[in-house]
Formats: sequence, structure tokens, C-alpha cells
Amino acid sequence: MKALRKFLDKKKPLFQKGGKFAKLQSSFEAFETFLYVPDITSHNGTHIKDAIDLKRTMSIVVMALIPALLFGIYNTGYQHFLSIGQSADMMEICIYGLIKILPIIVVSYVVGLGIEFAFAQMRGHQVNEGFLVSGMLIPLIMPVGAPLWMVAVSTAFAVVIGKEVFGGTGMNIWNPALIARAFFFFAYPSKMSGDTVWIAEQGDVISGATPLAHAATLADLEGGSGVATSVIEQHLSNSWDMFVGLIPGSIGETSTIAILIGAAILLATGIASWRIMMSVFVGGFVMGTIFNLIGSNAYMTDIPAYQHLIMGGFAFGAVFMATDPVSGSQTLRGKYIYGFLIGVMAVLIRVVNAGFPEAMMLAILLMNTFAPLIDHYVIQANIKKRLKRVKVNV
Amino acid sequence: MSEVKKIKKGLDIKLAGKAEKVLEKADRSETYAIKPSNFPGLTPKLKVKVDAEVKAGDSLFFDKYCPEINFASPVSGKVIAVNRGERRKILEVVIQADSEIQYQEFKKADPNGLSREEIKEELLKSGLWSFLRQRPYDVIAKPEDTPKAIFVSAFDTAPLAADIDFLLEGEAEAFQAGLDALAKLTDGKLFLNTNPNLNQSKTFSEAKNVEVRQFSGVHPAGNVGVQIHHISPMNKGEVAWVIRPQEVVFIGRLFTKGIYDVSRKIALCGSEVKTPCYFEIILGASVRNILKGKLKDDEKIRVISGNVLTGSQISEDGFLGFYDSQITVIPEGDNFEFLGWALPGLQKFSMSRTFFSWLTPNKEYRLDANLHGEHRAFVMTGVYDKVLPMDVLPMQLIKSIMIEDIDQMEQLGIYEVAPEDLALCEFVCTSKINVQDLVRKGIDLMIKEMS
Repeated sequence: MKALRKFLDKKKPLFQKGGKFAKLQSSFEAFETFLYVPDITSHNGTHIKDAIDLKRTMSIVVMALIPALLFGIYNTGYQHFLSIGQSADMMEICIYGLIKILPIIVVSYVVGLGIEFAFAQMRGHQVNEGFLVSGMLIPLIMPVGAPLWMVAVSTAFAVVIGKEVFGGTGMNIWNPALIARAFFFFAYPSKMSGDTVWIAEQGDVISGATPLAHAATLADLEGGSGVATSVIEQHLSNSWDMFVGLIPGSIGETSTIAILIGAAILLATGIASWRIMMSVFVGGFVMGTIFNLIGSNAYMTDIPAYQHLIMGGFAFGAVFMATDPVSGSQTLRGKYIYGFLIGVMAVLIRVVNAGFPEAMMLAILLMNTFAPLIDHYVIQANIKKRLKRVKVNV
Repeated sequence: MSEVKKIKKGLDIKLAGKAEKVLEKADRSETYAIKPSNFPGLTPKLKVKVDAEVKAGDSLFFDKYCPEINFASPVSGKVIAVNRGERRKILEVVIQADSEIQYQEFKKADPNGLSREEIKEELLKSGLWSFLRQRPYDVIAKPEDTPKAIFVSAFDTAPLAADIDFLLEGEAEAFQAGLDALAKLTDGKLFLNTNPNLNQSKTFSEAKNVEVRQFSGVHPAGNVGVQIHHISPMNKGEVAWVIRPQEVVFIGRLFTKGIYDVSRKIALCGSEVKTPCYFEIILGASVRNILKGKLKDDEKIRVISGNVLTGSQISEDGFLGFYDSQITVIPEGDNFEFLGWALPGLQKFSMSRTFFSWLTPNKEYRLDANLHGEHRAFVMTGVYDKVLPMDVLPMQLIKSIMIEDIDQMEQLGIYEVAPEDLALCEFVCTSKINVQDLVRKGIDLMIKEMS
């Protein structure tokens, strides 16, 4: 490793001010600091620092996403062979899934990081690590049938409009990965909804519609009638399948188990906020229960509240998207409110507006927008408390 | 006994090299220095010139905007240098000490029999006033103020902090005299905040003329600012004064012995010290004789006057800071670490459990001054809140300082915090933001705008 260090030290002056490639300084630094934690020491303030940095933080989140990714690869193959009515062994399934998914990941990272590097270079900033996570999130929330160029355009849109125009990592208002998906959803709706995009090279043995799409059809039926029950029995996967994740859906969103493993990593390491995660699930459950009680159509009566939490992108959104510290609420109290409302909105939109079966994305983007407002009121409460104290003393 | 307030938010950083409670002898230092940089916000005006002879307690310089406040020479001898930095800013006033200290004589009297004005006058004249600091702003107290209360924290929870019971051994009488003098300075109470686990000494349990409050828990429980927040939080327009136990002893000595005697025990600690222990020195001493032969020298080291969170870096023949009672020596750590961010990190300390070192919670760490990353924009949230045991929103306060919004700083509690109270926020910051610098900057701005 010494040889590598020597090589870097030798080349470094070329990339510094006055050097031949001074314009590429940010890129050089990004690679250098990736290979080596720099030798910078503190000069004022605390002399020792916590060993954590953004690279560590982001790599932990990426690690937490790996179970969902691996399951997504397996499920892609599994659904494909199921739909064409062919049996295949584990190896074939995984290889098929890998062939389908790897290109999407590569496109997302290459496009996203390329833009990040270019912006950092233009601004003379360092390259931020934020996209390491976004770049993994984007493929996981795409339908497996998404054309690569659409993934590329969505990613580019997300990075430029979702993040860089606000000033880069740490400054964005909305979760960049969800911006990518929202863009995809509204720009190319035919590739993001319906029942043909969720299974790669679909055969006609089974329907490719997601449980959410089936559930949405329930909204037209009357509650309590036998019709709904038969629809459920025919189409809607049972809870266990949804929990395990062997159902059609976005690449990384189907398996609640894989997502929960990720959640465990995030919570154990203390990276993600347990306040947000918990309150999203609570919010979803509460809203689901309310609908169960109202019961004005079959969607409300026949989907028990807990099923909302394992259907569609709810769990994935709660664990990986809502907990984004930049676009989420920043105050401790605000996090409870923010999370709770995401859960409530997700189930509300999903059940009431059949046009948007995948409501989690919209719920999170909506609450991203309102997070600063929630924070504002939490901060005002703190300020008021302080002012009140003065009056008491006077 | 009053109830014990347990501080739960915070972090004890376990470092290797805690000082044994043994008092070692070191050769007496020949040079001493007072550094104006130890007093934030001060504009010093010199009273002596190079080659002047001074006695212990003679003023070296004073506050340009409050000329009553003097900064005294800790020893008698000759002023040998006034070291200046950029724009002729005074960095150090260096004194070559006599072999025997000559003390300037002050009035010897029982403080209980003196009036507030008389005590003030004695403290200002002798230079001991400079030990009294105020909240808000964490600067030297203003003589014209009458504080709502005075607070003394009898324990220190910072990493490798000196044991204050040990520092005050044999000083009970002077400590009490100091407390008596301080009690006269306020219309309110004189609070002595102790920790039942750390303070066993009778010096504290039998102290009179004080209101004892008890605190326990993790750092920053020993920070007087945190204690004030839980006893009587600072509001706009209020002033409280704070002082440390050893400095109370200095005040006591002034009244019992009539001299400016600022000899104190200090702890020499840190992972790079062979046998960490205590020394008796005089304030402002050069650390050269203390460090001689005591350091492991297998690696580049950093000498810190004070603790690792709030201290300042000094050279191996630098001078001890004015308020510091410990010298910490840690590795410098200015080396590259291959894929350091990806390693399991059994030797690395982190509040998060992202490194496997969380499996060994009682381990003592040898931490260096490396930043472990680069400066970044704020990304993580809720991390500062875990280490600030106050009803203050730390991140929002820091942001209001960054944008220099005075109203918001005031609303969010700038009066309640000192840089040292947010030192742990800086330690845990994922984005490596210089929180203490920012707090000081905010305070400077407040002082400028409010005066």
C-alpha cells in the first residue's frame, strides 16, 4: 500500500493549484480520500473527533440496502420463470436477476456520480458522498422492466433538479431518489404502472399486477360483500407472500423481511432515526385502522391495517426514504410528527385515490415539503418556552 | 441532602492515560507566561515593558475597555519578552522567574468582615478578578455587575480530567475563605455543585456559606453551564458568575495570606505519557520541565494545555494556559489511513455503533488528533441532541450563528451556552463542523451588537 500512497503523493501536485490538471482537483481528491482517510488534524476546537464520517455513514446505509438488493435479484428471476411457467434452479434464477438488475445499478451510479463530479468540479467543491446511497436507492425503487435510458434520464433529473440546484448534498428539499421515481412515474407512466412492467420478460401464466394494483380494484366494490373476498382470494397475495416478498413489484421493495434486516442495521448503528421509522409505521397502522372502521368500500374493509405496512413500497419508504436526514424533519419532536403523517398520508392516498396505488412516494415527497414547517413550529415552541421563563422571572 | 440530578444526555469518552493520584516532583520552571489568548474577547493593554522587574501579583497588562481588570504576574522576576503575532497582537508576556518568589503585599483580612466593595477592590487590584467569569458569553466578569448567583462546579467530567478532590487536598481553609469572599459578591446564592460519586472530600461536604446542589451522570455533567441550565437557566439580561474550585482557593489565599499565590496541582495525562500523574506548579509555567523524560516518543505527539475537547495546543516548551489544570498528550495522527472509513475499527471510538469498537464499551482508547474525514455540509440530524443535556436546539442555534441572525441566536438560547458546553457536539459531528469556534463567533457577535 505504500507504493500506492507514494504514487498519489507524487501525482498530487499535478492536481493542485497551478498544476497541470488543477481543474480536476475535486475528482482527484474524491478518489484519494476514498483510498485514504486524509491526514488532516484538528487545529482548533476539540482535539479528538469521533471516528465516524460521511463515507462511513453512507457505506453503512448501502450495506443496509444489500439484503433488499439481493432479494430483488432473486425475486426478479423467480417472477420471470414463474410467469413463463418454467421451473428453474437457484443458480438460473439469480443469474437472470443479476443480468436484469446490474445494468440498472450501473446506469444509476454512472449517470449520478458523473453529474456529481461535474458539479463539484465546476464549483470547486469536494465531491460529497450523498449519492452513494441515492445511487443504490434509485434502482431498488424502479420496476425491473424500466428501460435503461429512462433510468438514466430520471437519475439525471433527480441529481440536477432534485439536489444540485439547491446547492448539493445537505441542501436538497426532497429526497433525490424519490424525485427520480416521481419523474419516472409522471414522465413515463406506462412503464411505471399497470401490470406488465413488474416482471421481466413476462409470460402469461400469471398476472403481473402488484398486490397494490389488485387492492385498488377493491375500491369500486361494496364493503362486506362476498365479491371482494373472492377477488382477494383470486389475486391478492396472502400476507406471508407479501412479507417474504415473492410478489411482483419494484426491485427492492417487495420483501419486508429483507427491508427489516436493513432497518435492524440502520437502527443498531444509530444511523437512521428510530423516531421517524417507528412513527411512519404507527401512522400507517392508525390510518389503516381508521379505514377499517369507516369501511365504505371493500378496499377499506377487506385490507386489514397491518397489511398496508407490508404492501407496496410502504416498508421500504419508511426504512430508507423517510429517514433521509436532509429532507426529513430535523428536530427530535418534529421527527415524530413528520413520520406519523407520512404513514397516514401514504395509506390515505393509496386507499382514497385509486389513480395512485403507490402512494408512499407521494406521501414522503409531500412531507419532505412540509418538514421545514413542522420544524418551524417545534422551534417556535422552544423559543416560546424560553420567553415564558423570562416573564416568570420578571 | 438535596436530590441528585442525573445528566443522561452526553458522552464519556474513555481515553487511555488517566493520571494516578500521586504528586510527583518536577524541576521548577524558570520561565512563565500569561497569554491574552486565554481570555476570549479581551483587548490587552501592556503595563510593563521588557526588562521590567515584577513581583508576584503585579499587573502585566489590563483590559483596554475595563482598565480595573488586571492580569497579574504569577511569579516575581524579569519580563524577558513580549511575543507578538500578526498585527502586533500580543501572544505571550514571558517572565524569567527569580529563584525565590517575592510577593506583592495585599490586605490580609477575614472576608466575612469586609464589604462587597472592599472585596471587589482587593480582587481587582490583585489580578484575581480575571478568574471570575460570567454567563452569558463565557468572558471575564464585569466589576459593575451584581450577578444573580455564583456557581462553582466541584467536579470535572471531561476526558482524563483532574480529580478536583485531589487538587484541593490540604486547601480546605483557603477554599472556605474564598467561598466566603465570593458569597459577598452576589445578592443571590453561591452554588457549589458536587457529584456524589466524584466528590468525597470534606472540603466540599463541609463547605459553609454555600447552597450545595448535586449532579451525576455523563459528561458534560461537570460543566458549570449545564448545571446552571438545570438550576436557574440564563435569561436575557441576567448575569451569573462562575469560577473553578482551584481558583476559589487562590482567592482564599489572597485573604488569608495577603499574597497572589497561584500555585496549583495539575494532572499530566494522556496516552503518550509514560506514567500519568500530578504535579505541583505555578500558573503559567513552561511545561518543558514537566514533560522532560515523561513522554513515550515513538510517534509525533500533540501537547494540549487543558483537556482534549476544549484545550489548546501548545509546543513541548510552551506555557500552561491560565485556566487549565491538566496537560494532555495524545498522538498527532497526521497520517493517511488506507481505506480507513471501511475498516472494522476496533481501535476507533465512535458514539454511533458503526465501528465494531462498540462491542468493547469499557475499553480505554488511544485517540489521535486526526479528523477522521473531511469537512462536509450538515447532513446528519439529531446527533448533536444526544450530547447536549440542555433544552436548547443545538443544530438550529449553530445554523442561526452561521447566518449571523442575532434575533434568532437570542431566541434559541445563545445566552445559555458556552463553547465548552457544545464541545461534544463538535466531537460527534459527522460533518466535522467546528462547533466551538462557531459558538464563540456567535458570542463575539452578540457582544459587539449588544454593547
